[in-house]
Amino acid sequence: MRETITHAPILELRGVHKSFGDQEVLRGVDLMVAPGQSLVIIGGSGTGKSVTIKCALGLMTPERGEVLFDGQPVKGGKAIDAVRRRTGMLFQGGALFDSLTVWENVAFALMYRDRVGRGEARKLAIETLAKVRLGASAADLRPAELSGGMQKRVALARAIIAKPDLIFFDEPTTGLDPITADAVNSLIVEQVKALGAAAITITHDMASVRKIADDVAMLHEGRIVWRGAISTLDRSGSAHVDQFVHGRAEGPIQPAI
Amino acid sequence: MTSVSETQQAPALLRPFQLIGRTVIAAFREVGRISVFSARVLVACVTPVIYIREFFRQCLKIGFYSLPVVGLTAVFIGAALALNIYVGGSRFNAEQFVPNIVVLGITRELGPVLAGLMLAGRVSAGIAAEIGAMRVTEQIDALLTLSAKPARYLYAPRVLAATLTLPLLVLVADTIGVMGGYLVGVGSLDFNGSVYLKNTWEFVTANDIWSGVIKAAFFGAIIAIMGCYQGDRSKGGAGGVGRAATLAVVGAAVLILASNYILTSIFTSIGL
Repeated sequence: MRETITHAPILELRGVHKSFGDQEVLRGVDLMVAPGQSLVIIGGSGTGKSVTIKCALGLMTPERGEVLFDGQPVKGGKAIDAVRRRTGMLFQGGALFDSLTVWENVAFALMYRDRVGRGEARKLAIETLAKVRLGASAADLRPAELSGGMQKRVALARAIIAKPDLIFFDEPTTGLDPITADAVNSLIVEQVKALGAAAITITHDMASVRKIADDVAMLHEGRIVWRGAISTLDRSGSAHVDQFVHGRAEGPIQPAI
Repeated sequence: MTSVSETQQAPALLRPFQLIGRTVIAAFREVGRISVFSARVLVACVTPVIYIREFFRQCLKIGFYSLPVVGLTAVFIGAALALNIYVGGSRFNAEQFVPNIVVLGITRELGPVLAGLMLAGRVSAGIAAEIGAMRVTEQIDALLTLSAKPARYLYAPRVLAATLTLPLLVLVADTIGVMGGYLVGVGSLDFNGSVYLKNTWEFVTANDIWSGVIKAAFFGAIIAIMGCYQGDRSKGGAGGVGRAATLAVVGAAVLILASNYILTSIFTSIGL
Protein backbone atom coordinates (compact mmCIF):
# COMPACT_ATOMS: atom_id res chain seq x y z
CA MET A 1 0.00 0.00 0.00
CA ARG A 2 1.31 3.42 -0.95
CA GLU A 3 0.04 6.87 -0.08
CA THR A 4 0.45 9.61 -2.69
CA ILE A 5 -0.95 12.43 -0.54
CA THR A 6 1.31 15.47 -0.53
CA HIS A 7 -1.18 18.17 0.66
CA ALA A 8 -3.23 18.36 3.84
CA PRO A 9 -6.19 16.07 3.15
CA ILE A 10 -9.65 17.52 2.73
CA LEU A 11 -11.07 14.21 3.95
CA GLU A 12 -9.47 11.62 6.15
CA LEU A 13 -10.82 8.39 7.57
CA ARG A 14 -8.86 6.90 10.45
CA GLY A 15 -9.51 3.31 11.53
CA VAL A 16 -13.23 3.44 10.70
CA HIS A 17 -15.22 0.40 11.84
CA LYS A 18 -18.85 -0.25 10.99
CA SER A 19 -20.97 -3.33 11.65
CA PHE A 20 -24.54 -4.38 10.90
CA GLY A 21 -25.57 -6.85 13.58
CA ASP A 22 -22.91 -9.56 13.65
CA GLN A 23 -21.57 -8.59 10.23
CA GLU A 24 -18.47 -6.40 10.44
CA VAL A 25 -18.39 -4.47 7.15
CA LEU A 26 -15.60 -1.95 7.78
CA ARG A 27 -12.69 -3.21 9.87
CA GLY A 28 -10.48 -0.17 10.16
CA VAL A 29 -10.60 1.84 6.95
CA ASP A 30 -7.80 4.42 6.62
CA LEU A 31 -8.20 6.80 3.71
CA MET A 32 -7.16 10.29 2.70
CA VAL A 33 -7.99 12.50 -0.22
CA ALA A 34 -6.24 15.78 -0.96
CA PRO A 35 -7.95 18.91 -2.34
CA GLY A 36 -8.35 18.60 -6.10
CA GLN A 37 -7.50 14.90 -6.08
CA SER A 38 -9.71 12.24 -7.65
CA LEU A 39 -9.66 9.01 -5.67
CA VAL A 40 -11.47 5.92 -6.94
CA ILE A 41 -12.28 3.11 -4.51
CA ILE A 42 -12.61 -0.29 -6.12
CA GLY A 43 -13.59 -3.58 -4.53
CA GLY A 44 -15.94 -6.52 -4.85
CA SER A 45 -19.66 -6.38 -4.14
CA GLY A 46 -20.47 -6.12 -0.43
CA THR A 47 -16.98 -5.04 0.63
CA GLY A 48 -18.29 -1.81 2.16
CA LYS A 49 -17.53 0.80 -0.49
CA SER A 50 -20.92 2.53 -0.16
CA VAL A 51 -20.77 2.21 3.63
CA THR A 52 -17.39 3.98 3.57
CA ILE A 53 -18.74 7.06 1.81
CA LYS A 54 -21.92 7.02 3.88
CA CYS A 55 -19.74 7.12 7.02
CA ALA A 56 -17.75 9.99 5.49
CA LEU A 57 -20.96 11.94 4.83
CA GLY A 58 -22.46 11.28 8.26
CA LEU A 59 -25.27 9.16 6.79
CA MET A 60 -23.96 6.31 8.94
CA THR A 61 -22.15 6.54 12.24
CA PRO A 62 -18.98 4.47 12.62
CA GLU A 63 -18.66 2.45 15.83
CA ARG A 64 -14.96 3.17 16.04
CA GLY A 65 -12.51 5.39 14.24
CA GLU A 66 -12.63 8.97 13.14
CA VAL A 67 -13.69 10.98 10.09
CA LEU A 68 -11.93 14.32 9.60
CA PHE A 69 -13.01 16.97 7.10
CA ASP A 70 -10.44 19.73 6.54
CA GLY A 71 -8.74 18.50 9.70
CA GLN A 72 -11.88 18.84 11.85
CA PRO A 73 -13.63 15.77 13.28
CA VAL A 74 -17.03 15.12 11.71
CA LYS A 75 -19.01 14.47 14.86
CA GLY A 76 -22.38 15.85 15.89
CA GLY A 77 -25.13 17.59 13.94
CA LYS A 78 -23.38 20.93 13.33
CA ALA A 79 -20.13 19.37 12.07
CA ILE A 80 -22.07 17.04 9.77
CA ASP A 81 -24.17 19.96 8.45
CA ALA A 82 -20.98 21.92 7.77
CA VAL A 83 -19.51 18.99 5.82
CA ARG A 84 -22.69 18.57 3.77
CA ARG A 85 -22.62 22.25 2.80
CA ARG A 86 -19.19 21.69 1.24
CA THR A 87 -19.83 18.33 -0.40
CA GLY A 88 -21.92 16.95 -3.23
CA MET A 89 -23.09 13.42 -3.83
CA LEU A 90 -24.17 11.52 -6.91
CA PHE A 91 -26.10 8.43 -5.84
CA GLN A 92 -26.00 5.11 -7.67
CA GLY A 93 -29.58 5.30 -8.94
CA GLY A 94 -29.54 9.08 -9.20
CA ALA A 95 -31.93 9.42 -6.21
CA LEU A 96 -33.77 12.26 -7.93
CA PHE A 97 -36.93 13.41 -6.17
CA ASP A 98 -39.88 12.01 -8.16
CA SER A 99 -42.31 14.71 -7.07
CA LEU A 100 -40.12 17.60 -8.27
CA THR A 101 -39.23 18.76 -11.75
CA VAL A 102 -35.68 18.46 -13.09
CA TRP A 103 -34.78 22.08 -12.32
CA GLU A 104 -36.28 21.85 -8.82
CA ASN A 105 -34.13 18.75 -8.21
CA VAL A 106 -31.00 20.52 -9.42
CA ALA A 107 -31.70 23.70 -7.45
CA PHE A 108 -32.94 21.94 -4.31
CA ALA A 109 -29.99 22.92 -2.10
CA LEU A 110 -30.09 26.50 -3.35
CA MET A 111 -33.80 26.92 -2.60
CA TYR A 112 -34.18 24.97 0.62
CA ARG A 113 -30.74 25.41 2.19
CA ASP A 114 -29.37 28.67 0.83
CA ARG A 115 -32.77 30.40 0.54
CA VAL A 116 -32.25 31.48 -3.08
CA GLY A 117 -35.52 32.67 -4.68
CA ARG A 118 -37.26 30.36 -7.16
CA GLY A 119 -36.61 32.59 -10.18
CA GLU A 120 -32.89 32.89 -9.50
CA ALA A 121 -32.65 29.20 -8.55
CA ARG A 122 -34.31 28.16 -11.82
CA LYS A 123 -31.87 30.32 -13.79
CA LEU A 124 -28.87 28.78 -12.00
CA ALA A 125 -30.30 25.28 -12.45
CA ILE A 126 -30.66 25.77 -16.22
CA GLU A 127 -27.08 27.09 -16.39
CA THR A 128 -25.86 24.03 -14.51
CA LEU A 129 -27.91 21.69 -16.70
CA ALA A 130 -26.15 23.21 -19.71
CA LYS A 131 -22.81 22.27 -18.13
CA VAL A 132 -23.90 18.61 -18.18
CA ARG A 133 -25.18 18.97 -21.78
CA LEU A 134 -28.87 19.13 -20.98
CA GLY A 135 -31.00 21.79 -22.60
CA ALA A 136 -33.50 24.11 -20.93
CA SER A 137 -36.29 21.97 -22.43
CA ALA A 138 -35.45 19.25 -19.88
CA ALA A 139 -35.85 21.64 -16.95
CA ASP A 140 -39.61 21.23 -16.54
CA LEU A 141 -39.71 17.47 -17.05
CA ARG A 142 -40.11 14.98 -14.20
CA PRO A 143 -37.25 12.54 -13.50
CA ALA A 144 -39.42 9.61 -14.63
CA GLU A 145 -39.58 11.16 -18.11
CA LEU A 146 -35.78 11.00 -18.53
CA SER A 147 -33.53 8.19 -19.75
CA GLY A 148 -31.00 6.60 -17.35
CA GLY A 149 -28.13 8.65 -18.80
CA MET A 150 -30.09 11.90 -18.53
CA GLN A 151 -31.00 11.09 -14.93
CA LYS A 152 -27.31 10.61 -14.11
CA ARG A 153 -26.52 13.97 -15.72
CA VAL A 154 -29.27 15.67 -13.70
CA ALA A 155 -27.88 14.03 -10.56
CA LEU A 156 -24.43 15.33 -11.51
CA ALA A 157 -25.85 18.82 -12.00
CA ARG A 158 -27.46 18.60 -8.54
CA ALA A 159 -24.15 17.49 -7.03
CA ILE A 160 -22.14 20.39 -8.51
CA ILE A 161 -24.57 23.32 -8.44
CA ALA A 162 -23.48 24.55 -5.00
CA LYS A 163 -19.79 24.40 -6.03
CA PRO A 164 -18.68 21.83 -3.45
CA ASP A 165 -15.08 21.20 -2.37
CA LEU A 166 -15.55 17.43 -2.40
CA ILE A 167 -17.88 15.30 -4.52
CA PHE A 168 -18.79 11.65 -3.93
CA PHE A 169 -19.80 9.47 -6.86
CA ASP A 170 -21.46 6.16 -6.02
CA GLU A 171 -21.20 3.88 -9.07
CA PRO A 172 -21.91 6.72 -11.52
CA THR A 173 -22.09 4.51 -14.63
CA THR A 174 -24.11 1.56 -13.30
CA GLY A 175 -26.87 0.57 -15.71
CA LEU A 176 -25.57 2.69 -18.60
CA ASP A 177 -24.37 1.49 -22.00
CA PRO A 178 -20.59 1.92 -22.59
CA ILE A 179 -20.99 5.01 -24.76
CA THR A 180 -23.31 6.82 -22.33
CA ALA A 181 -21.09 5.67 -19.45
CA ASP A 182 -18.06 7.20 -21.16
CA ALA A 183 -19.98 10.44 -21.72
CA VAL A 184 -20.94 10.55 -18.02
CA ASN A 185 -17.31 9.83 -17.03
CA SER A 186 -16.11 12.67 -19.28
CA LEU A 187 -18.61 15.05 -17.69
CA ILE A 188 -17.49 14.01 -14.22
CA VAL A 189 -13.83 14.66 -15.05
CA GLU A 190 -14.65 17.96 -16.76
CA GLN A 191 -16.86 19.31 -13.99
CA VAL A 192 -14.66 18.17 -11.11
CA LYS A 193 -11.67 19.84 -12.77
CA ALA A 194 -13.67 23.00 -13.50
CA LEU A 195 -14.63 23.26 -9.82
CA GLY A 196 -11.15 22.33 -8.62
CA ALA A 197 -12.90 19.93 -6.25
CA ALA A 198 -11.70 16.66 -4.81
CA ALA A 199 -13.66 13.55 -5.78
CA ILE A 200 -14.19 10.13 -4.30
CA THR A 201 -15.75 7.63 -6.67
CA ILE A 202 -16.71 4.06 -5.98
CA THR A 203 -17.13 1.81 -8.97
CA HIS A 204 -16.75 -1.66 -10.43
CA ASP A 205 -16.31 -0.25 -13.91
CA MET A 206 -12.61 -0.37 -14.88
CA ALA A 207 -13.20 2.03 -17.80
CA SER A 208 -14.48 4.58 -15.27
CA VAL A 209 -11.49 3.93 -13.01
CA ARG A 210 -9.01 4.62 -15.81
CA LYS A 211 -10.86 7.74 -16.93
CA ILE A 212 -11.64 9.34 -13.57
CA ALA A 213 -8.89 8.35 -11.13
CA ASP A 214 -5.74 10.13 -10.05
CA ASP A 215 -5.38 7.54 -7.31
CA VAL A 216 -6.99 4.14 -6.81
CA ALA A 217 -7.67 2.39 -3.50
CA MET A 218 -8.69 -1.25 -3.20
CA LEU A 219 -11.13 -2.14 -0.43
CA HIS A 220 -11.22 -5.78 0.60
CA GLU A 221 -12.76 -7.36 3.70
CA GLY A 222 -13.37 -3.96 5.27
CA ARG A 223 -9.84 -2.61 4.86
CA ILE A 224 -7.87 -0.70 2.22
CA VAL A 225 -5.44 -3.36 0.99
CA TRP A 226 -3.73 -1.29 -1.72
CA ARG A 227 -3.54 2.31 -2.82
CA GLY A 228 -1.57 3.84 -5.65
CA ALA A 229 -1.56 6.24 -8.55
CA ILE A 230 -3.63 5.20 -11.58
CA SER A 231 -0.38 4.82 -13.56
CA THR A 232 0.66 2.00 -11.21
CA LEU A 233 -2.62 0.08 -11.34
CA ASP A 234 -1.39 -2.51 -13.85
CA ARG A 235 1.82 -3.20 -11.94
CA SER A 236 0.43 -2.92 -8.43
CA GLY A 237 2.06 -6.09 -7.14
CA SER A 238 -1.22 -6.82 -5.30
CA ALA A 239 -2.93 -10.12 -6.05
CA HIS A 240 -6.27 -8.53 -5.03
CA VAL A 241 -5.86 -5.64 -7.46
CA ASP A 242 -4.69 -7.89 -10.29
CA GLN A 243 -7.64 -10.22 -9.84
CA PHE A 244 -10.11 -7.34 -9.76
CA VAL A 245 -8.58 -5.45 -12.70
CA HIS A 246 -8.57 -8.55 -14.88
CA GLY A 247 -11.98 -9.73 -13.66
CA ARG A 248 -10.89 -13.26 -12.74
CA ALA A 249 -13.00 -15.54 -10.54
CA GLU A 250 -9.84 -17.28 -9.26
CA GLY A 251 -7.71 -15.49 -6.70
CA PRO A 252 -7.79 -14.15 -3.14
CA ILE A 253 -11.17 -12.40 -3.65
CA GLN A 254 -14.10 -14.82 -3.41
CA PRO A 255 -16.94 -14.12 -5.89
CA ALA A 256 -20.04 -12.73 -4.14
CA ILE A 257 -22.30 -15.68 -5.08
CA MET B 1 -25.81 -36.24 36.05
CA THR B 2 -28.83 -34.66 37.70
CA SER B 3 -27.43 -31.19 37.39
CA VAL B 4 -26.55 -31.74 33.72
CA SER B 5 -30.04 -32.95 32.89
CA GLU B 6 -31.55 -29.99 34.80
CA THR B 7 -29.35 -27.58 32.82
CA GLN B 8 -30.45 -29.19 29.56
CA GLN B 9 -34.14 -29.07 30.52
CA ALA B 10 -34.08 -25.56 31.91
CA PRO B 11 -33.96 -23.63 28.57
CA ALA B 12 -36.85 -25.73 27.20
CA LEU B 13 -38.93 -24.98 30.26
CA LEU B 14 -38.10 -21.33 30.04
CA ARG B 15 -38.68 -21.08 26.31
CA PRO B 16 -42.35 -19.95 26.53
CA PHE B 17 -41.35 -17.26 29.04
CA GLN B 18 -38.48 -16.27 26.79
CA LEU B 19 -40.88 -15.94 23.89
CA ILE B 20 -43.32 -13.85 25.93
CA GLY B 21 -40.44 -11.73 27.21
CA ARG B 22 -39.06 -11.14 23.73
CA THR B 23 -42.49 -10.21 22.38
CA VAL B 24 -43.13 -7.77 25.23
CA ILE B 25 -39.69 -6.18 24.85
CA ALA B 26 -40.17 -5.91 21.07
CA ALA B 27 -43.58 -4.28 21.61
CA PHE B 28 -42.13 -1.75 24.08
CA ARG B 29 -39.23 -1.08 21.70
CA GLU B 30 -41.68 -0.37 18.87
CA VAL B 31 -43.77 1.93 21.09
CA GLY B 32 -40.57 3.73 22.08
CA ARG B 33 -39.50 4.15 18.44
CA ILE B 34 -42.92 5.47 17.41
CA SER B 35 -42.93 7.89 20.38
CA VAL B 36 -39.46 9.26 19.56
CA PHE B 37 -40.34 9.55 15.86
CA SER B 38 -43.64 11.31 16.69
CA ALA B 39 -41.89 13.73 19.05
CA ARG B 40 -39.34 14.62 16.35
CA VAL B 41 -42.04 15.18 13.75
CA LEU B 42 -44.21 17.23 16.11
CA VAL B 43 -41.22 19.42 16.99
CA ALA B 44 -40.60 19.86 13.24
CA CYS B 45 -44.28 20.85 12.85
CA VAL B 46 -43.87 23.81 15.22
CA THR B 47 -40.41 24.82 13.98
CA PRO B 48 -40.60 28.14 12.13
CA VAL B 49 -39.22 26.80 8.82
CA ILE B 50 -42.23 25.15 7.18
CA TYR B 51 -42.07 24.11 3.55
CA ILE B 52 -45.21 25.94 2.41
CA ARG B 53 -45.37 24.57 -1.15
CA GLU B 54 -44.99 21.03 0.12
CA PHE B 55 -47.65 21.71 2.79
CA PHE B 56 -50.20 22.93 0.23
CA ARG B 57 -49.34 20.06 -2.10
CA GLN B 58 -50.10 17.63 0.73
CA CYS B 59 -53.32 19.47 1.67
CA LEU B 60 -54.46 18.89 -1.89
CA LYS B 61 -53.41 15.23 -1.93
CA ILE B 62 -54.64 14.32 1.53
CA GLY B 63 -57.65 16.59 1.90
CA PHE B 64 -59.13 17.50 -1.46
CA TYR B 65 -58.58 14.18 -3.22
CA SER B 66 -60.13 12.31 -0.27
CA LEU B 67 -63.42 14.18 -0.62
CA PRO B 68 -65.11 11.62 -2.91
CA VAL B 69 -64.30 8.61 -0.74
CA VAL B 70 -65.29 10.39 2.48
CA GLY B 71 -68.46 11.78 0.92
CA LEU B 72 -69.58 8.42 -0.43
CA THR B 73 -68.87 6.71 2.90
CA ALA B 74 -70.83 9.38 4.77
CA VAL B 75 -73.94 9.31 2.58
CA PHE B 76 -74.30 5.53 2.81
CA ILE B 77 -73.59 5.44 6.54
CA GLY B 78 -76.13 8.23 7.16
CA ALA B 79 -78.74 6.38 5.11
CA ALA B 80 -78.12 3.00 6.80
CA LEU B 81 -78.07 4.65 10.23
CA ALA B 82 -81.49 6.22 9.61
CA LEU B 83 -82.97 2.85 8.64
CA ASN B 84 -81.46 1.07 11.66
CA ILE B 85 -82.59 3.75 14.11
CA TYR B 86 -86.07 3.64 12.61
CA VAL B 87 -86.25 -0.14 13.08
CA GLY B 88 -84.86 0.09 16.64
CA GLY B 89 -86.92 3.15 17.53
CA SER B 90 -90.16 1.57 16.33
CA ARG B 91 -89.84 -1.04 19.12
CA PHE B 92 -90.35 1.80 21.63
CA ASN B 93 -92.61 3.99 19.47
CA ALA B 94 -89.66 6.36 19.14
CA GLU B 95 -89.39 6.56 15.34
CA GLN B 96 -89.58 10.35 15.51
CA PHE B 97 -86.08 10.46 17.02
CA VAL B 98 -84.42 9.28 13.78
CA PRO B 99 -83.13 12.77 12.79
CA ASN B 100 -81.81 13.44 16.31
CA ILE B 101 -79.91 10.18 16.64
CA VAL B 102 -78.62 10.27 13.07
CA VAL B 103 -77.06 13.69 13.59
CA LEU B 104 -75.69 12.71 17.01
CA GLY B 105 -74.20 9.45 15.70
CA ILE B 106 -72.70 11.08 12.64
CA THR B 107 -71.17 14.14 14.28
CA ARG B 108 -69.84 12.58 17.47
CA GLU B 109 -68.79 9.14 16.29
CA LEU B 110 -69.31 7.83 12.78
CA GLY B 111 -68.20 10.92 10.87
CA PRO B 112 -64.73 11.18 12.43
CA VAL B 113 -64.14 7.45 12.91
CA LEU B 114 -65.20 6.37 9.43
CA ALA B 115 -63.48 9.30 7.72
CA GLY B 116 -60.39 8.41 9.78
CA LEU B 117 -60.54 4.75 8.82
CA MET B 118 -61.08 5.57 5.15
CA LEU B 119 -58.10 7.91 5.22
CA ALA B 120 -56.05 5.31 7.08
CA GLY B 121 -56.53 3.13 4.01
CA ARG B 122 -56.08 5.81 1.37
CA VAL B 123 -53.64 8.28 2.89
CA SER B 124 -51.57 6.32 5.42
CA ALA B 125 -50.81 3.58 2.88
CA GLY B 126 -50.02 6.20 0.24
CA ILE B 127 -47.64 8.10 2.50
CA ALA B 128 -45.93 4.89 3.66
CA ALA B 129 -45.50 3.69 0.07
CA GLU B 130 -44.20 7.06 -1.15
CA ILE B 131 -41.73 7.53 1.70
CA GLY B 132 -40.79 3.85 1.62
CA ALA B 133 -39.95 4.14 -2.08
CA MET B 134 -37.91 7.25 -1.30
CA ARG B 135 -36.08 5.34 1.43
CA VAL B 136 -35.17 2.34 -0.74
CA THR B 137 -34.12 4.50 -3.71
CA GLU B 138 -31.83 6.62 -1.47
CA GLN B 139 -33.90 9.78 -1.97
CA ILE B 140 -34.01 10.30 1.79
CA ASP B 141 -30.22 10.00 1.96
CA ALA B 142 -30.08 12.49 -0.91
CA LEU B 143 -32.24 14.90 1.10
CA LEU B 144 -29.83 14.62 4.02
CA THR B 145 -26.80 15.29 1.82
CA LEU B 146 -28.58 18.43 0.55
CA SER B 147 -28.96 19.57 4.19
CA ALA B 148 -32.75 19.06 4.24
CA LYS B 149 -34.09 17.23 7.27
CA PRO B 150 -36.71 14.60 6.32
CA ALA B 151 -38.70 15.42 9.48
CA ARG B 152 -39.10 19.01 8.29
CA TYR B 153 -39.28 18.60 4.53
CA LEU B 154 -41.22 15.32 4.24
CA TYR B 155 -42.98 14.46 7.49
CA ALA B 156 -44.07 17.78 9.02
CA PRO B 157 -45.96 18.99 5.91
CA ARG B 158 -47.82 15.67 5.72
CA VAL B 159 -48.68 15.59 9.43
CA LEU B 160 -49.79 19.23 9.41
CA ALA B 161 -51.84 18.75 6.25
CA ALA B 162 -53.59 15.63 7.59
CA THR B 163 -54.20 17.23 11.00
CA LEU B 164 -55.77 20.33 9.45
CA THR B 165 -57.68 18.78 6.54
CA LEU B 166 -59.27 15.78 8.28
CA PRO B 167 -61.42 18.05 10.52
CA LEU B 168 -62.61 19.86 7.37
CA LEU B 169 -63.35 16.52 5.72
CA VAL B 170 -65.30 15.48 8.81
CA LEU B 171 -67.41 18.64 8.62
CA VAL B 172 -68.21 17.71 5.02
CA ALA B 173 -68.87 14.09 6.07
CA ASP B 174 -71.22 15.31 8.84
CA THR B 175 -73.24 17.34 6.36
CA ILE B 176 -73.39 14.58 3.75
CA GLY B 177 -74.11 11.92 6.38
CA VAL B 178 -77.05 13.91 7.72
CA MET B 179 -78.27 14.37 4.15
CA GLY B 180 -78.03 10.58 3.65
CA GLY B 181 -80.30 10.12 6.66
CA TYR B 182 -82.59 12.86 5.35
CA LEU B 183 -82.94 11.18 1.94
CA VAL B 184 -83.91 7.87 3.51
CA GLY B 185 -86.10 9.55 6.14
CA VAL B 186 -88.04 11.57 3.58
CA GLY B 187 -87.88 9.09 0.72
CA SER B 188 -88.58 5.79 2.52
CA LEU B 189 -89.71 6.49 6.07
CA ASP B 190 -92.39 9.12 5.35
CA PHE B 191 -90.76 11.93 7.32
CA ASN B 192 -91.67 15.47 6.45
CA GLY B 193 -88.56 17.09 4.95
CA SER B 194 -88.74 20.40 6.78
CA VAL B 195 -89.57 18.70 10.10
CA TYR B 196 -86.61 16.33 9.65
CA LEU B 197 -84.22 19.21 9.06
CA LYS B 198 -85.74 21.30 11.87
CA ASN B 199 -85.34 18.40 14.35
CA THR B 200 -81.77 17.88 13.22
CA TRP B 201 -80.82 21.53 13.49
CA GLU B 202 -82.48 22.04 16.88
CA PHE B 203 -80.99 18.89 18.37
CA VAL B 204 -77.37 19.16 17.33
CA THR B 205 -75.12 21.25 19.59
CA ALA B 206 -71.79 22.94 19.00
CA ASN B 207 -70.25 20.42 21.41
CA ASP B 208 -71.36 17.52 19.20
CA ILE B 209 -69.60 19.07 16.23
CA TRP B 210 -66.49 20.13 18.18
CA SER B 211 -66.18 16.65 19.65
CA GLY B 212 -65.99 15.13 16.15
CA VAL B 213 -63.69 17.83 14.81
CA ILE B 214 -61.19 17.48 17.67
CA LYS B 215 -61.18 13.70 17.22
CA ALA B 216 -60.57 14.20 13.50
CA ALA B 217 -57.50 16.35 14.16
CA PHE B 218 -56.03 13.58 16.36
CA PHE B 219 -56.89 10.93 13.77
CA GLY B 220 -55.29 13.02 11.01
CA ALA B 221 -52.05 13.25 12.97
CA ILE B 222 -52.13 9.49 13.69
CA ILE B 223 -52.71 8.63 10.02
CA ALA B 224 -49.84 10.77 8.74
CA ILE B 225 -47.40 9.83 11.52
CA MET B 226 -47.99 6.11 11.01
CA GLY B 227 -47.54 6.48 7.26
CA CYS B 228 -44.32 8.46 7.67
CA TYR B 229 -42.97 6.15 10.40
CA GLN B 230 -43.54 2.92 8.50
CA GLY B 231 -42.28 4.44 5.26
CA ASP B 232 -39.15 5.72 6.97
CA ARG B 233 -38.39 2.27 8.39
CA SER B 234 -39.02 0.35 5.19
CA LYS B 235 -36.19 -1.56 3.59
CA GLY B 236 -35.60 -4.36 1.12
CA GLY B 237 -37.12 -3.08 -2.12
CA ALA B 238 -40.70 -3.46 -3.35
CA GLY B 239 -41.58 -6.10 -0.73
CA GLY B 240 -40.44 -3.80 2.06
CA VAL B 241 -42.46 -0.91 0.68
CA GLY B 242 -45.59 -3.08 0.46
CA ARG B 243 -45.07 -4.27 4.01
CA ALA B 244 -44.67 -0.68 5.20
CA ALA B 245 -47.98 0.29 3.56
CA THR B 246 -49.78 -2.64 5.22
CA LEU B 247 -48.29 -1.91 8.64
CA ALA B 248 -49.18 1.77 8.31
CA VAL B 249 -52.85 1.01 7.59
CA VAL B 250 -53.16 -1.57 10.36
CA GLY B 251 -51.31 0.60 12.88
CA ALA B 252 -53.30 3.72 12.01
CA ALA B 253 -56.66 1.88 12.14
CA VAL B 254 -55.93 0.32 15.55
CA LEU B 255 -54.67 3.61 16.98
CA ILE B 256 -57.70 5.49 15.62
CA LEU B 257 -60.11 3.07 17.30
CA ALA B 258 -58.15 3.04 20.58
CA SER B 259 -57.74 6.82 20.70
CA ASN B 260 -61.41 7.24 19.78
CA TYR B 261 -62.38 5.44 22.96
CA ILE B 262 -59.91 7.46 25.06
CA LEU B 263 -61.04 10.77 23.56
CA THR B 264 -64.72 9.86 23.97
CA SER B 265 -64.06 9.03 27.64
CA ILE B 266 -62.30 12.36 28.15
CA PHE B 267 -65.05 14.32 26.37
CA THR B 268 -67.71 12.55 28.40
CA SER B 269 -65.93 13.32 31.66
CA ILE B 270 -65.51 17.02 30.83
CA GLY B 271 -69.02 17.35 29.43
CA LEU B 272 -68.03 18.04 25.81
